[in-house]
Amino acid sequence: MLKINGTDSDSAGKTVEQYIAETNYNLSRIAVEINGEILPKSLYGSTVLHDGDTVEIVGFVGGG
Amino acid sequence: MILDEKQAKRYVRHFALKEIGVRGQKKLLSSKVLVIGAGGLGSPAILYLASAGVGTIGIVDFDSVDFSNLQRQIIHNTRNIGIPKTTSAQNAVKALNPDVTVRLYDFPVTPDNITDIISEYDFILDCTDRFETKFLVNDACVLAAKPFSHAGVIRFEGQAMTYVPKKGPCLRCLIGEIPHDAVTCKDAGVVGAAVGVLGSVQALEAIKFLLGTGELLCGKVFSFDGLTMQVRVHSIPHADPGCAVCGNTPKILSLSENRNDYQIHSCDTGGETV
Repeated sequence: MLKINGTDSDSAGKTVEQYIAETNYNLSRIAVEINGEILPKSLYGSTVLHDGDTVEIVGFVGGG
Repeated sequence: MILDEKQAKRYVRHFALKEIGVRGQKKLLSSKVLVIGAGGLGSPAILYLASAGVGTIGIVDFDSVDFSNLQRQIIHNTRNIGIPKTTSAQNAVKALNPDVTVRLYDFPVTPDNITDIISEYDFILDCTDRFETKFLVNDACVLAAKPFSHAGVIRFEGQAMTYVPKKGPCLRCLIGEIPHDAVTCKDAGVVGAAVGVLGSVQALEAIKFLLGTGELLCGKVFSFDGLTMQVRVHSIPHADPGCAVCGNTPKILSLSENRNDYQIHSCDTGGETV
């Protein structure tokens, strides 16, 4: 198990890109942080989620 | 600075707060905050800054008040249709609190003018309506080492964060490249009360920063979904060392060299502050 935005998730083994593809997040408008460090977008495809990871995914909107 | 009798009455609810008091009130009265965009976010933000007695408020907007603004842009009113939003906002501030000095910038921020404008202020609120302009504000503030509050909102949801130089990530650390494909409030719709939540958060961040009290949304992103009432404060304490503007080897060294990045790519270039 890992935690994504405070909720338990069984997504270990998936890459960040694979996980995002299963959600409503838009890749161009999110920030992903794993274990306290921001993950650059270029690494979404090669970074695998592991049990015990703490992940924050923040969606951004641009209106105002 | 000595508060007069009217001021003593006006700010009495602040005096009861240990975080503000008479001393904090004087600090607010001598502070300068710039609000970029007098639309959905800017409306509540400007009104709350003015009511709190922030002594100088700069207001940037190049648009005029339209009927379609009034469903959420609560600083404007039906009598002011057609007049510049800056003038309309100034009228509201003057009616609310004559202590406040208002400076108006009746034109858009650009890579050429933004650095001079922000240099006059202690804290900046990004209340603009597009990622291109939000990144211009971000990059300008990072390069000038100015603290600012970011917010964005659409439909029922939005986010806010605060940048303080050297103390956490900037917007570019988090999002990377400017999303040029983002939908606008004009296309997607937006609820006034939801924009009000985020605009109020921005005003509160400015007030806390000026007073040096409480915890800012620095190294944190406040996410709010007013439809489901899901709220989360994401903790993102560290800047990205590879960030193009605030990282260890930044690629963006000047706004003018990077000016093409801030061009609005959307087919809708009306620039309405939504």
